[in-house]
Amino acid sequence: MTRAAVQALLSHWRAHPLQLLTLLTGIALATCLWSAVQAINAEARASYERASAQLAIGQFDELRATGSMIPLSRYTELRRAGWQVAAVLEGALRVNGRSIRLMGVDMVAYPALPAIMQLEQSTNTPDPADMLTAPGRLLMSPKLSQVFQSADRFPPILTSGALPPDLILTDIGVAEQLLNRPNQISRLIILPDQPRKLPALSEIAPELQRIAPSSQLDTAQLTDSFLLNLTAFGLLSFAVGLFIVHGTVGLAFAQRRGTIRTLRALGLPMRNLIGIALGELLLLALIGGLLGLVLGYFLAGALLPDVASTLRGLYGAPIDGQMSLRPQWVAAGLAMATGGTLAASGQALWRLSRMPILAGPGLQAWGGGKISAWISGGFGFALIALGIIAYFTFGGLIAGFALLAGVLTGAALVLPLFISAVLDLLIQKARTPVTQWVLADMRAQLPGLSLALMALLLALAANIGVGTMVSSFRLTFTGWLDQRLTSELYVTAADETQAEAITEWLAPRTSAILPIRSTEIPHETGPLFLYGIVDHQSYRQNWPLIAKEPDVWDSVLNRGAILINEQLARRANLWPGDTVAITPDHILTISGVYSDYGNPTGQAIVSMPMLDRIVPDTETLRFGIRIAPEKATELAQALRAQFELSPTAVVQQAVMKARSLAIFEKTFVITSALNVLTLGVAGFAILTSLLTLWTQRLPQVAPVWALGLTRSKLAQLELLRSALLAALTACLALPLGLILAWVLLAVINVQAFGWRLPMHLFPGDWLALFLLTLIAATLAAAWPAWRLLRLPPADLLQVFANER
Amino acid sequence: MNVRAFFLFLMFPIASWAQGYAGLGGNAEGFARPESGYQFQFPKDHGPHPSYRIEWWYLTANLKDAEGNDYGVQWTLFRSALKPTESEGWQSPQIWMGHAAVTTSDTHYFAERLSRGGIGQAGVTAQPFEAWIDEWHMRGGDLTQLSLSASGSDFGYDLGLQAQGPLVFHGDRGYSVKSADGQASYYYSQPFYTVEGILHLPNQDIEVTGQGWLDREWSSQPLAEDQSGWDWFSLSFDNGDKLMAFRLRGERGDFTAATWIEADGQTTSLPDGSVLLTPLETNHVAQRDIPTRWQISLPEKGIDVVASALTPKAWMGTRFEYWEGPVTISGSHLGRGYLEMTGY
Repeated sequence: MTRAAVQALLSHWRAHPLQLLTLLTGIALATCLWSAVQAINAEARASYERASAQLAIGQFDELRATGSMIPLSRYTELRRAGWQVAAVLEGALRVNGRSIRLMGVDMVAYPALPAIMQLEQSTNTPDPADMLTAPGRLLMSPKLSQVFQSADRFPPILTSGALPPDLILTDIGVAEQLLNRPNQISRLIILPDQPRKLPALSEIAPELQRIAPSSQLDTAQLTDSFLLNLTAFGLLSFAVGLFIVHGTVGLAFAQRRGTIRTLRALGLPMRNLIGIALGELLLLALIGGLLGLVLGYFLAGALLPDVASTLRGLYGAPIDGQMSLRPQWVAAGLAMATGGTLAASGQALWRLSRMPILAGPGLQAWGGGKISAWISGGFGFALIALGIIAYFTFGGLIAGFALLAGVLTGAALVLPLFISAVLDLLIQKARTPVTQWVLADMRAQLPGLSLALMALLLALAANIGVGTMVSSFRLTFTGWLDQRLTSELYVTAADETQAEAITEWLAPRTSAILPIRSTEIPHETGPLFLYGIVDHQSYRQNWPLIAKEPDVWDSVLNRGAILINEQLARRANLWPGDTVAITPDHILTISGVYSDYGNPTGQAIVSMPMLDRIVPDTETLRFGIRIAPEKATELAQALRAQFELSPTAVVQQAVMKARSLAIFEKTFVITSALNVLTLGVAGFAILTSLLTLWTQRLPQVAPVWALGLTRSKLAQLELLRSALLAALTACLALPLGLILAWVLLAVINVQAFGWRLPMHLFPGDWLALFLLTLIAATLAAAWPAWRLLRLPPADLLQVFANER
Repeated sequence: MNVRAFFLFLMFPIASWAQGYAGLGGNAEGFARPESGYQFQFPKDHGPHPSYRIEWWYLTANLKDAEGNDYGVQWTLFRSALKPTESEGWQSPQIWMGHAAVTTSDTHYFAERLSRGGIGQAGVTAQPFEAWIDEWHMRGGDLTQLSLSASGSDFGYDLGLQAQGPLVFHGDRGYSVKSADGQASYYYSQPFYTVEGILHLPNQDIEVTGQGWLDREWSSQPLAEDQSGWDWFSLSFDNGDKLMAFRLRGERGDFTAATWIEADGQTTSLPDGSVLLTPLETNHVAQRDIPTRWQISLPEKGIDVVASALTPKAWMGTRFEYWEGPVTISGSHLGRGYLEMTGY
C-alpha cells in the first residue's frame, strides 16, 4: 500500500516536470546565494586568522616611536634593561613594478612563527645559517614567488603556503639591507614573558609609546562590517528563495488533492501520508541543496577575487583569491536547505494533515483571510517597534542591522493588511459590478499571494535602498575626488636629495609646488597619519570639510590648530572646538573635520611648521604640482625622463581619479549583483504563487465566465490584477527602501567604513524600477492568463458538474 | 670543563640536526680546531673565540641560607657561531644563549635568553671582564672578583664571587680530549669561588653563602659521531679537594675523563677508565627516566661516594633540554657539587 502510495504521489512530478524544476530551483537559489556569501566570509576570515596567527600580528603589545623609526641602539638598551622585546622592520619592496610588503623580524627573538614551523617540517629544512646570514632567505607564498621569477638581486626564496599573499617574511638583517634602512626598527613587540622586575619605560626610552593590540588596526574587525553586509544580503536572498519553495509546494499539494483523497479513501492512514510527504520533501531539499551548493561554490569562486581586491584596496587586508571547500560549509548549506524547505512547506503539510477525508480540491483553498492578516499585521508592527527600540537602546552596527531586520520583516508582515485596506477603500469607490468583482476577487486571493508579494516587497526595498546608497556614494565620492585631487601631478621622490633636485627643476616650469609631508604616528585610536601642508588656494578653496569653525584655514596655518579626518572624528568622537593629543606634548585644537573616503585609518592635517615641531626631520618626498591641465602629460613625461622616475612615481590626477573610482566600483559590484539576483528571485516567487492559485481559481472564474465575461477579458483582468498588486507593493516598498538607504548611509556605513554620506534621491531610478516591477508582475501573470485564454470551455463548464 | 656543549637552534627543532645532542656531533668545516699544546693568554682567552663553533661561560654554585637549607644556582652564557666570522649589526653569525636557574630542595626555577652578537645585546669582553645577555651579567675586573645577576619571570639572584685559588686546566694543560677518536676542546676552570648574595624567590628574598665553580670551554666539535650525550660532575669535598669527572655515552662504548684538584690548585689529569660513574637510581622527570643517584669511585684517590640530587626536578626545559642541578655527596667523603646530564 505504502509503495503504491509513494508511486502515486511521485507520479505528480513526472506529470509536472516544470513544477519539479521550479521547486528544485527555489531550493537551489536559496541555498546558492546564502552559501556563496558564507563561503566568501569564511574564506576572508580564514585569511585574516591565518595571517595574524602566522605573523603574531595583533597578539602582543608593541612599542612605537612617534613618527620615526626606532634606532637599533634603543633596542639594545631596552634589552639590556631587561625588557623582552622583539624587533620588526617593515617596508615596501618594489619588485618588477609591484609594491610588496616586506616584514623583517629578528628571527632569534621573535615568537615562534607557524610560517617558519611549516618550513621546518618540509623535507628541505633551511639551515639557520642560511636564514640568518647574508644573503639570507625570503619566505613567501608560492603564488607570490612567481613575481620574483625574473627578478635577480634578491636572496633565494623559500615558499610556504602558510604565509598570506602579498607579504614577504625574512630576517631583520636581510630586511634592513633590502629596504636600505640600516640599524632601524619599525616597531618592537613586547614578548609575553618578562623578568620579575622591569625599569619603567619612561626611564629608558621616553620617546617610545606602548600600544595595546586593541588599538592596533584590527583588519578582521574592520572587514567584519563589510562581510556582515554581505551576510545580510545572503540571508535576504535565502528568504526570498524560500518564498518560491513555499509557492511550489503549496501548488503541488493543491494539485494532488484528488490523488490524496483517493489514497485515503482506499485506507491509507494520514500518518503514513504525512510521512511520505515529509520524506519526499527531504529528498527534494537534499537534491536542491546540493545543486545550490555547487552553484554557490562557483558563484563564490567568481565573486571572491572581487571581494578580495575590495578588501585589499580598502583595508589592506590580506585575502587569498582562492576558494577552498570546507566540510562544515557543505553541512551548513544542506542544513539550511532542508530546514528552509521544511519551514516553507510547513503550512502545506499542516493543511494536508487537517484535510477532511473527502474534501474536494481547492474550493476554499486558502483560508484565513482577514483575521490572519490582522494577526500578521500586528506582529509586523511589533517587529518594527522592536527594531526601532533595539536601535536606540544599543546603538552600533548590530543594532543597525537589528533595525533593518525589524523594519523589513515587520513591513513585509504588514503588507497584506495594507493591501487589503487599500482594496477595501477601492471597493467602496467602485461603480461597476466587474470592477467590484475584480477587487473583491483580488482581496480573496490575497492570502495566497501575500507571501510572494512580501518577497517582492523585500526585493524592491533592498533594490531602492542599496541603489540609493551606491548612487549617493558615487555622487559624493566623485565630487570629493574633484575637491581633494586638485593638483594636476603627484610626484614621489626616492630620497631627500632627489626631492630637492626635483623641486629645483620644477620651480620655473609650474605655477605651484605643494609639498606633501606625512608621517605615521602611533596614537591611542590606532595608527594616525599626520600631514603637513603649506598655505595655498588649492586647500582653502577645495578641501572637503564636513564640519568647521570660522576661519578654519587661518587657524590651521597660522594658529597651530589641526584638521582631522571623518574616520578619526567619529571613532574618537572629536569635533571642531575639541582638542586632540597627537603626542603627550602636543595637544591641538580641532578646527575642522574633512571627509576622507577609501581609507580606514585616522588622518590629520597641520601646518608644515607644526609638523616639524611634532616630528622633527620628517622627509618631504611627495609633491602636488599645479600646472595648466593640458601641459600635465608632457611635464609628467619630462619629469620621468629627467630623473629616471618609475611610472608610479609620477601620477597624473586623471589616472589617480580613475584608480580611485575603480576601487569604488569594485566595492559595490557584489552588492549590485546580489541586488539584481534578489529581484529576479522575487519575480519568480510571484509566478509560482500565481500558478498555485490557478488550480483553485477555476471555481471562482467559471461563474463569472458563465455570466458573460469572455475568456480574453478574464485573461486581461488576470494581468491587470497582478500588475495592480505589484504596484501597491511597490508603493509600500519606496518608503521602506528609503528607510533602508538611510540606515545604510547613516548607520551601517559609519560603522563599517567610518564615514557618513549625504543621502541623495534618485526619482528617475525609482520610476524605472516601478516600471520594471509592473513588467515583471505582468510577465509572471502572463502564463496563467495565457492558460485561461486557451482553456477549453468544457473545463469551465465542468465546474458546474459534480465530478470534481 | 665538561662537555656542556649545546647547540642551538633557536626555532629549528633539534630533530633536524640529527647527529648527537643538539648537533654537537656535526662536522666543523671552516671552523678552527683545538690543537694540543696551546698556550693560553689571559685575559684575552677569557673573551670569545668566534672562529670556534661553540663556547661557554658556565657558572654553578652550591649555596646555603642562615637556616642551613641548600640551594643551587646556575648562570650560563653559550656562544654558537653559524659561520666562523664576526660582523657588525644583525649580520653577525654569532648567536648567544643564556640559561639561568635556581634550585631549592623542592623547586627548580629557570629562564632562557637568546640574542645574536653584533648588536650589543649579548657578548663577552675580556678586559675588563664582562659576559652579558640582556640584563643578565657576570662581570668584574678579571675573573678573581665577579658580580653575577640574572632573573626570570618568577625568580632572580644577585651574587658576589671571590676566587680563593688559581685557575685550573683540564686534560693536557687545557686540551681536553672527548673521545677515543681524538675530538677535543679547550677547557679550564675557576673552581675556588666563595659566593654570597641574595636569591629572589617568588615569596621572599633569601641571603645565601657558599661555593661557586666557573667553567670555560670552547671547541668546534667536541662529540664523536656515535656519542649521544654525557654525564658531568663537579664535586667539592669538605676537606677542600675537588673532582671534575665526565662520561660521554657512545654506541662504541663510553669515554670517561676526570681532573683531581687539590685544595691548593694542584691538578692530576685522569685518563679514560680511571673514574667509574654508575647510576644507582632513576626518577621519572619530563617524560623520561633520569639517573638522580650516582656512585662515583676513583680508587686511585680513595674516593667511593654517592652523589644524590637535591631534587630530581632540576630539569632545564629550555630549547635544548637537559638536567642540571646540585648534588650532595656521602660515602668515603662528604661534600656538595653539581651534576649535568644531557641526551636522555
